[in-house]
Amino acid sequence: MSDIVLRVEDLSKQYRIGGSREAYKTLRETLTDVIVSPFRRASKLLGGRGGRAAQLGETIWALKDVSFEIKRGEVVGIIGHNGAGKSTLLKILSRITEPTEGYAEIYGRVGSLLEVGTGFHAELTGRENVYLNGAILGMKKAEIARKFDEIVAFAEIEKFIDTPVKHYSSGMYLRLAFAVAAHLEPEIMIVDEVLAVGDAHFFSKCTDKIRTLNAQGMTIVLVTHDMWFVQTLCSRVICLEKGHIVAEGRPREVTGAYLNMIKKSQDQEDNETAELLKSEAAKILHFQVSPQGEWATEKEALPDSGITVAMAFKVNHFSKVKFLVRVTTPDGLPYFTVYSRLIDTPQSGRVECKATIPHLMLMPGEYFLWGSICSHKGEQQILAEGNAPLFVKGNEETASKYSLFFNKAQWHICNSSESS
Amino acid sequence: MQTREYAEPRRARATPASLPADNLPVLRIEPSRGWVSLQLHELWKYRELLYFLIWRDVKVRYKQTALGAAWAIIQPFFTMVIFSLFFGQLAKVPSDGVPYPIFSYAALVPWMFFAQGLNQAPTKLVGSANLITKVYFPRLAIPIAAVLSGVVDFALAFLVLLGMMLYYSIIPTFNALWLPLLLLLALVTSLGVGLWLSAMNVRYHDVQHVVPFLTQFWLFATPIAYPSSLLPEPWHTLYGLNPMVGVVEGFRWALLGTATAPGPMIACSACIALALLVSGGFYFRRMEKTFADVV
Repeated sequence: MSDIVLRVEDLSKQYRIGGSREAYKTLRETLTDVIVSPFRRASKLLGGRGGRAAQLGETIWALKDVSFEIKRGEVVGIIGHNGAGKSTLLKILSRITEPTEGYAEIYGRVGSLLEVGTGFHAELTGRENVYLNGAILGMKKAEIARKFDEIVAFAEIEKFIDTPVKHYSSGMYLRLAFAVAAHLEPEIMIVDEVLAVGDAHFFSKCTDKIRTLNAQGMTIVLVTHDMWFVQTLCSRVICLEKGHIVAEGRPREVTGAYLNMIKKSQDQEDNETAELLKSEAAKILHFQVSPQGEWATEKEALPDSGITVAMAFKVNHFSKVKFLVRVTTPDGLPYFTVYSRLIDTPQSGRVECKATIPHLMLMPGEYFLWGSICSHKGEQQILAEGNAPLFVKGNEETASKYSLFFNKAQWHICNSSESS
Repeated sequence: MQTREYAEPRRARATPASLPADNLPVLRIEPSRGWVSLQLHELWKYRELLYFLIWRDVKVRYKQTALGAAWAIIQPFFTMVIFSLFFGQLAKVPSDGVPYPIFSYAALVPWMFFAQGLNQAPTKLVGSANLITKVYFPRLAIPIAAVLSGVVDFALAFLVLLGMMLYYSIIPTFNALWLPLLLLLALVTSLGVGLWLSAMNVRYHDVQHVVPFLTQFWLFATPIAYPSSLLPEPWHTLYGLNPMVGVVEGFRWALLGTATAPGPMIACSACIALALLVSGGFYFRRMEKTFADVV
């Protein structure tokens, strides 16, 4: 047998313009249309204009010629801007709406979770809603009964299980709803951005659950905007843009490409304001990153490698400036920032510096390195900056994949049976 | 502190991977054209969902009402009182030889069941927009559940009917054994019309405003306040084209022993009802694919 559980071929979905829904018509409009349109069409033909022209621009392809395959046991992340077609794709795969063209083949049962708590009824108790929601998601009554205790324990609402859910806090509601969905056991699980809500504890519980399910052989397709989530959880990422697949591959590469894409479009917007200020206040003349100590390759650092950043700026208006070096995730979340002391700008306006960071202490992954010059206000008033991507490579033997920072330990292992 | 659980052998049992791969169902999602099959086997597969939807409707219907399930009785009972007052007492409408109150109530009980299904199916379908746009299941389950959940109200109202028969000391005949079939006929009619209306209602919300008017019109086109024997012959048989005529006359015949068995008329009613149901089912399935985009 083949290992493919999901095959999508040239899948396309067309919508009428006017949001993501088909145009709404009242009965009266349709009736008048029926009466009027033959005349209208006739007059158009007589006027030499085909009826087609009017239809152009009335539709939009939310998804166009999308093809991919997913193998058993993969965790595939789908990323993209709002309106890129992610939700439409999931809706087609969960059979909520039909494609306009193309097809998808699914081998195995599909469980889809496009929204947490679908079909929950406020007047019913937690217990009743577990059964109702379970049935809506496609579970058998006996199956729900068997897993009931597990579900309630996962949601941590044992005390309130016989209270109507309208009295629940939103967190309790969410926990219960996710708990039911997490106990579905299909071969393929389709998850829309449902984990974005909820507190940190619950979020980590959910991701752990997803990992557990995946370890048991479940294939997972999920839509998310959380790049960290994608990097830690997914084995493959598909990036959609305007209904097309624009990038596909390993998480690090695809998220990098995606975030660059975002940055480019944002840069264009910001350019007019920020660039003006920057070019007037200061100008970057030189920006160079070089290895310090041992590196994996010429381009890739090791988690505890060092770097040297050399930069030079021309400052126009500010008499006192300082430098900063910062490492961020590709989407701009800062990992650390280091400042120089405040210096006086020389008459010429040209300032140079070199910063050496002996140990990066970064997890393997992709980062951005920024070198900036700023006024005494620090990062709130950056005058000019340069950046470069930074790749950190590492072996996973010395540190867990699921951590924020890298560190090292010196181990002294005392084997009690030998030492005594 | 949080605990992490990684693949425990105990749970591994339930994993899909343990299924023989060849038994995996293959699902092909592609655009459908024109009329599609009813997929009754799939509906059967989702019967538990149907059960839960009915159960939810019943459970929620009278939540946070002071009188609760009494509403199921109040509605037909007070309609009967008003009918008895105006049609029975003032207009002296004949009632086939039985007291007018029980004459009209015996008709109102199946009628209310029918009307409720008719009214609930379209509103329930549009009201379930959040379900339809978020999860897959046979959409037919919603109108079916809406109609079936009326059976509970029917049962309550029927108990009152039995009480009234006791009061008027009317002893039902063996014909009462036909009642389940008559109820089924009412159900089929209600569902048939309900399917048409609810599928149309998704696209044209106008239907929601038409239904109450339609129900009222239909009420007077059915011999509830008056006996069908009022109509002269050529019309009387044609009357059977309205399936509810067969149901209502059948109920009176089975319980109160009025007139004769509505034989040919009920056969006509049954045919019409079935035609409505089948055509409604296919129309619903045809419109179904656009529900999530339009609702």
